[in-house]
Amino acid sequence: MKYFLQRIAFYLFTAWAAITLNFFIPRMVPGDPVQSLITKYQGQLSTKSIQSLYVLFGLDKDEGLWSQYIDYWKQLFHGDLGLSFTFFPTPVSTVIGQALPWTLLLVGITTVISFLLGTGLGVLAGWRRGSWVDGLLPVTTFFSSVPYFWLGIIAIYLLAGPDSFFPSSGGFDSGLVPAWDQYFIPSAIKHSLLPALTILISSVSGWILSMRNMMVTVSSEDYITVAHAKGLPERRVAVSYAARNALLPNISGFALALGFIVGGTLLVEIVFSYPGLGYTLLQGLGAKDYPLMQGVFLVITISVLVANLLADIAYLLLDPRTRKEG
Amino acid sequence: MAEPVLEIRNLNVDYGLGDRAVHAVRDVNLTLHRGEVLGLAGESGSGKSTLAYGMTRLLAPPGVITGGEVVYHPQQGPAYDVLGLTDRQLRAWRWAETAIVFQGAMNSLNPVHKISTQLTDVLKAHDPKMSEHSRSARAREMLKLVGISADRMDAYPHQLSGGMRQRVMIGMALILQPQVVIMDEPTTALDVVMQRQILGQLIELRERLGFSVIFITHDLSLLVEFSNRIAIMYGGRIVEEAPAATIYRDALHPYSKGLLSSFPALRGPKRELAGIPGSPPDLAGMPAGCSFHPRCPKAFEPCNSAIPVLGRPDTPDGAGRSVACWLHPAEQPVG
Amino acid sequence: MTIPTSSIEQVIPGQGSMAQPEAAKPSRAKRQRFLFVRNKKAATGLVILGVYVLIAIIGPWIAPYDPSARSNDLVQGPSAAHWFGTTHLGQDVFSQILEGTRSVMLVGFLAGAIATTLSVLIGVTAGYLGGKMDDSLSVLTNVVLVIPAVPLMIIITSVLNNASDTLVALVIGLTSWSWNARVLRAQTLSLRRRDFVEASRASGERTWRIIVFELMPNLTAVIASGFVGTVIFAVLSEITLAFIGVVSNSGWNWGTILFWAQGQQALGQDAWWWFVPAGLAIALLGTSLSLINFGIDEFVSPRLRSAGKTKLKTASGGTVRMRIGFTPVLSNSATPHTHAKVVATPVMREAK
Repeated sequence: MKYFLQRIAFYLFTAWAAITLNFFIPRMVPGDPVQSLITKYQGQLSTKSIQSLYVLFGLDKDEGLWSQYIDYWKQLFHGDLGLSFTFFPTPVSTVIGQALPWTLLLVGITTVISFLLGTGLGVLAGWRRGSWVDGLLPVTTFFSSVPYFWLGIIAIYLLAGPDSFFPSSGGFDSGLVPAWDQYFIPSAIKHSLLPALTILISSVSGWILSMRNMMVTVSSEDYITVAHAKGLPERRVAVSYAARNALLPNISGFALALGFIVGGTLLVEIVFSYPGLGYTLLQGLGAKDYPLMQGVFLVITISVLVANLLADIAYLLLDPRTRKEG
Repeated sequence: MAEPVLEIRNLNVDYGLGDRAVHAVRDVNLTLHRGEVLGLAGESGSGKSTLAYGMTRLLAPPGVITGGEVVYHPQQGPAYDVLGLTDRQLRAWRWAETAIVFQGAMNSLNPVHKISTQLTDVLKAHDPKMSEHSRSARAREMLKLVGISADRMDAYPHQLSGGMRQRVMIGMALILQPQVVIMDEPTTALDVVMQRQILGQLIELRERLGFSVIFITHDLSLLVEFSNRIAIMYGGRIVEEAPAATIYRDALHPYSKGLLSSFPALRGPKRELAGIPGSPPDLAGMPAGCSFHPRCPKAFEPCNSAIPVLGRPDTPDGAGRSVACWLHPAEQPVG
Repeated sequence: MTIPTSSIEQVIPGQGSMAQPEAAKPSRAKRQRFLFVRNKKAATGLVILGVYVLIAIIGPWIAPYDPSARSNDLVQGPSAAHWFGTTHLGQDVFSQILEGTRSVMLVGFLAGAIATTLSVLIGVTAGYLGGKMDDSLSVLTNVVLVIPAVPLMIIITSVLNNASDTLVALVIGLTSWSWNARVLRAQTLSLRRRDFVEASRASGERTWRIIVFELMPNLTAVIASGFVGTVIFAVLSEITLAFIGVVSNSGWNWGTILFWAQGQQALGQDAWWWFVPAGLAIALLGTSLSLINFGIDEFVSPRLRSAGKTKLKTASGGTVRMRIGFTPVLSNSATPHTHAKVVATPVMREAK
């Protein structure tokens, strides 16, 4: 339990650090990009939304840094991330609220599948060295060296098209309205297949390789020799003794690698014009929509932290020693 | 003497293949009799652990058994060569006939499973028809046998002390009532008091259950106290084999004498302590002739050219003992 | 393609330092360096990397066209005149790739160097000094590690407005040091407890001397592998940033090519030559760096090395499979065994 509380404290601290970073980045830049946007939209902006942008981007030069910081936090607690200029005059929180479920489902599900699949193959490759899985390694090395988004482009080029089963862009057919019904859900699933496949192929090799190496390391532990000496069936030695122990460092690895994977998946969304956070971020970039970009960054960071916490809980359940790693 | 239960014949074990192979165990002949405790002693690198893992085929890569036989005599039925068993037969033989208590008490238990799981999965593997209830009852019984209260069944290895873990391992080794128990430095990680307590308990259990023990250690004093017969290994070969008391009183091989004089006597007259000069040989580059001759105080002309054969020495008490030394050339080679 | 030997030699001396985890005896180090290069994976990786380094240097000179020059051959497929075809403005894709190599390699290696320096400073200090210093540096490392790097880079570079290559390398370097710092800290912690370090500490050696002369030589392999890993990451990041168009697009790199290809509907026009070469160039560079890292891993941890050779052929044609838990038996007795065939001659050779 103490371990768990420590982790929660750490994530709270990290969240604080990310928010503070978000506070400082726009303040370090010379010139006021947001000021010019405000000027551009003058007349369409209410006094209240101008005030909120002033707080977010530190345009109120009369105030001290500390009181700016306090105001910033107050505003965040109200869920106010400012107005998006790309989707003017929708608030950033609303834009993100629409995009977040798409990313959570696509990236969340694919990442978990990729982890499970890669770990499974890694167990095979590490246990039965020299089997067919080893032949897979060079191929997966190549795929892991390819940027996710390029693989997405290739997937669209090869598999998608007007006559193909796979749609090349979007999250659902254009005639549909998002709803939990028999028209929308199949369409959404169909649209997610190619992006999911792209993420899966790019990310699975890392798990295969790390699990394989952990299996090799664990295989020479004493308790594996004991398990063999006990005459246990091969499967039990491989799964319950070797893989079960090799899994633990891989789970802490999962938590740490998540930040890297999320970066790649955002780009896949961009290539497929998938209506998630990555695509939203790209739209914000084009319009120099700083409130939107900052909001997206915050939400991504918080999501990664929550996922990390979940991985920690998994670790806690799997390792009776619950000793802190490293 | 009692009938044999395990006979090692001309066993050769290498690390690696081809020209670069290191010969770790060479032409070893050894017989374990029913009900006896056979001690196997030698410095680290002498090949004693390799012998134990080799004869059970548990040696990790790049270990390879390059020749020989390990003949096992079951309680009923004809004897067979363990090295000739198929994987399935070997799995069935392991633990049920020969169990092992390993060197690292700390790492022998799987850290993520409860003690009970690790005790019962052997039963499940060897007797799938056994009910869960009787498996658990048997595990409890074994823990009681080695002096651990049954409420520790649900403990994880890290919650037990080193001594308790080793007791669990001994209990686990006896759970299928094997005929042979191999103990590889079972108590090195423990303090002296705990060592004797555990070994004493083991000997008592042996008298009660009647299994045979191969006891491997570098600590000759423990062997003298706890074993019936002692075999001494050097450079991958057995250099002397005799009843424990005979070795203690009158070792023939200069290496055995050196080992004996490197620890204080437990009982009897005081002796002068002296180590063996030099260090154990590098298995990759063995000296020609008797591998001990560079360190041997009594080396003479044939020692650096010809390998002495293990055989019955020319001494009056020659029967029942053997030695591989040019000081006592074999009358009758063993094996 | 023929490989100029000069480029290989250029790379190897740099790698030599990693090839000596125990830089105690020079003669031994030399032999080990040889061994490292003899590792097939590492050698292949080094050769490919050498070609890239060469192209980065001479690329702009050997490019057949000015990569930005327009021509009348719009969106043409590969031909003798344009090996990799042309863009929507008639620019030569092959020349863009050649010219773009420099920016990619520059940013990759510069960012790798920045991140490695930071990771050594922070990781080794934390691991060696321990105590409160370690606690705070570890928290810093872990915080940077879990904050997603790519979105952060995107935000920073977009705020910076048309960032130059150097600035991009700096941003990437500053956001990607944490993983290596963590690995180095763990490694330093375990080294610190070794006898030779304890001994020099007990003899009153100064801290910086212990770190530089006792610890660093033992960390070279870890540092080198971290550096190579960061270069891969930096290359991918730069290309990502260029692809979404947040960095200066006055110069060329492979990401810029993909940016234009995506923006100008290369997919819709079936212009595969526009985006395939850049991607393959990235993939090949990434693979070569990964191969070097596999080589280092196997070099440092022999367990993984031997893991490759699980099936060995004996001279008589039998196969021995190395397996944990079931030691192979090569026997000349009459009973055939599970894996080994009966071997008549005692002489056996490894297959390779």
